[in-house]
Amino acid sequence: MIDSSLNWVDDRLGVAKGGRTFLDKIFPDHWSFMLGEIALYSFVVLLGTGVFLTLYYVPSAHEVVYHGSYVPLQGQKVSEAYSSTVGLSFDVRSGLLMRQAHHWAADIFLGAIAVHMARVFFTGAFRKPREFNWIVGTLMLILGIVNGFLGYSLPDDLVSGTGIRIAYSIIESIPLVGSYLGFFLFGGNYPGNGVIIPRFFIIHVLIVPAILVGLLAAHLGLLVKQKHTQFPGKGKTEHNVVGSPMFPTFIAKTTGFLFMASAVMFGLGGFAQINPIWQFGQYEPYQISYAVQPDWYMGWLDGALRIMPSWEWVGWGHTIPLEVFLPAVVFPGLIFNILIVWPFIESVWTKDRAYHNLLDRPRDRPKRTAAGAAMLTLLFAVFFASSTDVMANFFQLPLMDVLWFFRFFVPLAPIVAYFVAFKICHEMIGAEGLGKRKRALVVSRSAEGEYSTTSSEPRPGDSHEELDAIPVPTFIDTTDPELATVAGVRRVIR
Amino acid sequence: MSDNNPRLEGPLPPAALDDPHLQPATKNPDRMQALAALAIVIGMAGFIGFIWVYWINASTQWEAAMLTVGMAGLGIGTIAWGKYLMPQGPFVEERHDFHSTDDERTAFNAAITGRGGLEVKRRGLLLSLFAVGGGIMTLALVVPGIGSLGPKPAKSEDPHGSTDESLFTTNWRKGSKLVTVDGRQVQVDDLNLGGVLTVFPQGYEGSSPDQVILIRLAMLGPGDPPYPIAPPGHTEWGVQGYVAYSKLCTHLGCPVGLYQEQTQQLVCPCHQSIFNVNSGAVPEFGPAPRPLPQLPITVDATGQMRANGNFDQAVGPGFWERP
Repeated sequence: MIDSSLNWVDDRLGVAKGGRTFLDKIFPDHWSFMLGEIALYSFVVLLGTGVFLTLYYVPSAHEVVYHGSYVPLQGQKVSEAYSSTVGLSFDVRSGLLMRQAHHWAADIFLGAIAVHMARVFFTGAFRKPREFNWIVGTLMLILGIVNGFLGYSLPDDLVSGTGIRIAYSIIESIPLVGSYLGFFLFGGNYPGNGVIIPRFFIIHVLIVPAILVGLLAAHLGLLVKQKHTQFPGKGKTEHNVVGSPMFPTFIAKTTGFLFMASAVMFGLGGFAQINPIWQFGQYEPYQISYAVQPDWYMGWLDGALRIMPSWEWVGWGHTIPLEVFLPAVVFPGLIFNILIVWPFIESVWTKDRAYHNLLDRPRDRPKRTAAGAAMLTLLFAVFFASSTDVMANFFQLPLMDVLWFFRFFVPLAPIVAYFVAFKICHEMIGAEGLGKRKRALVVSRSAEGEYSTTSSEPRPGDSHEELDAIPVPTFIDTTDPELATVAGVRRVIR
Repeated sequence: MSDNNPRLEGPLPPAALDDPHLQPATKNPDRMQALAALAIVIGMAGFIGFIWVYWINASTQWEAAMLTVGMAGLGIGTIAWGKYLMPQGPFVEERHDFHSTDDERTAFNAAITGRGGLEVKRRGLLLSLFAVGGGIMTLALVVPGIGSLGPKPAKSEDPHGSTDESLFTTNWRKGSKLVTVDGRQVQVDDLNLGGVLTVFPQGYEGSSPDQVILIRLAMLGPGDPPYPIAPPGHTEWGVQGYVAYSKLCTHLGCPVGLYQEQTQQLVCPCHQSIFNVNSGAVPEFGPAPRPLPQLPITVDATGQMRANGNFDQAVGPGFWERP
């Protein structure tokens, strides 16, 4: 039955050969290869919960009187966007679960992308021939951040509205075209003529996700075409991939992982409150709340804005608000551009033009690892600078001291991190038996009273014997050798 | 395809079921199968439970708990199946270089440069016309596409509404009544000492660029200066201990809503710029580059507070056209 259906399809599409190769695709077994899967599956959850939310959310700044079941808001004039978001949280069954799972999935999505990217960076997986996929991945990170911000803005609550106000002012800070860009996007000077919510909505639910899906298809397509990288090990060379096959082993594991990741996101969505917009209230441009923080992935931009000195440039009848333009436009632009061109920077620097399918241990490439450590330190430092006010309160320090600390810490910490990471890498290169299980030491005392230690003999299980890798077999158990060659039995020439 | 790998020529041999590569990773497959089955059954119970708690309209927490149990059960069962019971290998797949042969490359290059170059040589006129036409088409599509999005910023508004002057000026006029967001008119004795109030010009309640923070700094008697410390040129801009500043932070336009009465400072909650209200709201700390623009105010004979003119500059954060 299955055979005849497959043959029917193959007669028309010729899928047997490529299909067999696809099912035999080998996935190296290493935990760090799971990070990208987390990003993929949180994207799946985002799409599913997002579709649910669009059924109830109304993208409109039109003013209505709230009549839902949340008593403190009843009778208040709010926007339809805000009213429908509170409504889908309290008056749509499972709505709150879906909304919070959507928000958690977005935070996890970007977190998983960041960690996945760090893994790819530190192991050198971006090297030739995988530069395209590195760039595609970086573009997905940028679009993910953009879409996270847009989605966060849609409920039109007090906290997110403040974020939109800041975004407008950042656009406005761009020399020459800034005020025009802001006016075109918002339909006039801030807060515009009510178009920003519907415009953000269509970008958030259609335009960016469509591009993301396209990039995702490219990302996975390139992965299949170029095959996985792998860590060095027994039988692993630059010219092969060793691991478990796509079908059935990897499919089973990854499907299970999809369920596990979803379980975490829905668990968080039900038990860990996130963005309780009904407590913040409707956004009004003249109201504000204390200690407002954006979602975590925007924190580094907020921190950069905070520690920037007030260097506004004025001259010849024009103003360039450098105190905004440098930290909020130039700084992220530089970071993302460095990320995108990094594979080329490295190959020019090292004059390395070879194919690389075996991964590096981070310690074996001290300069790259140190550069990555410096970049991460910089980003974490500005991230923490986004909570200067909270830290000043918590540590009972003057706000001014905390700010001045970060003004020095942010530029200096990456330099320190570079040299520390470089030194650690060098010491680890020289260390023996690193990453191997330590053997027990036997302490013995000689007749003269001198103590000495010797390593014990390896115990069973200290090193497990690995089999030699074989091509994925056809999985046919037959006592009749002729059956393997008759028509209808899948045969593959590879 | 497999020139460098002769052992993979021809059909693959079928594997016997006792091949060690096909053995499960676990030593006790029956027990693992039972555990995986148990996990999946628990997962099924979780999903049935979800339908149940949805049916009886239980809390969000119950829904999440049931959904989590369901998905985790199915997930653990499936992972256990894949990880411990399915063939573990290790299996190997050969890689092949991506690049084509030199002949293929030459042919490909020749197809582009040869055929294309021939056409360029023969029909250069058409090509340049096509390029110019495409450029004009792009312009024709982009101009209205962008132009319709919103008005242009300008220093004065035209009657058709295609420009908007609110970046450069506000709706405050000499004589505008100070009103709260509800439209309540502000009288001179409305505020206590150290009190603050967000006010708008009457008729523009809630407008973002027009928002002003009104502060009562000191109790002054008749004949005293209008307010305690006036910056040069602003001596008459306060009245009877009251001063009024634009509430839009000059950094990023957040409402400067925190007034610290003891230090007489206005603090922006967004990025902690601090303005000294005693001396013309100059920024004392933080990223804000300019003082908050001051609104000249006065009191009429009935005690009603009024603006004594517009701001002398654009309010809010900086932008290119700001003089």
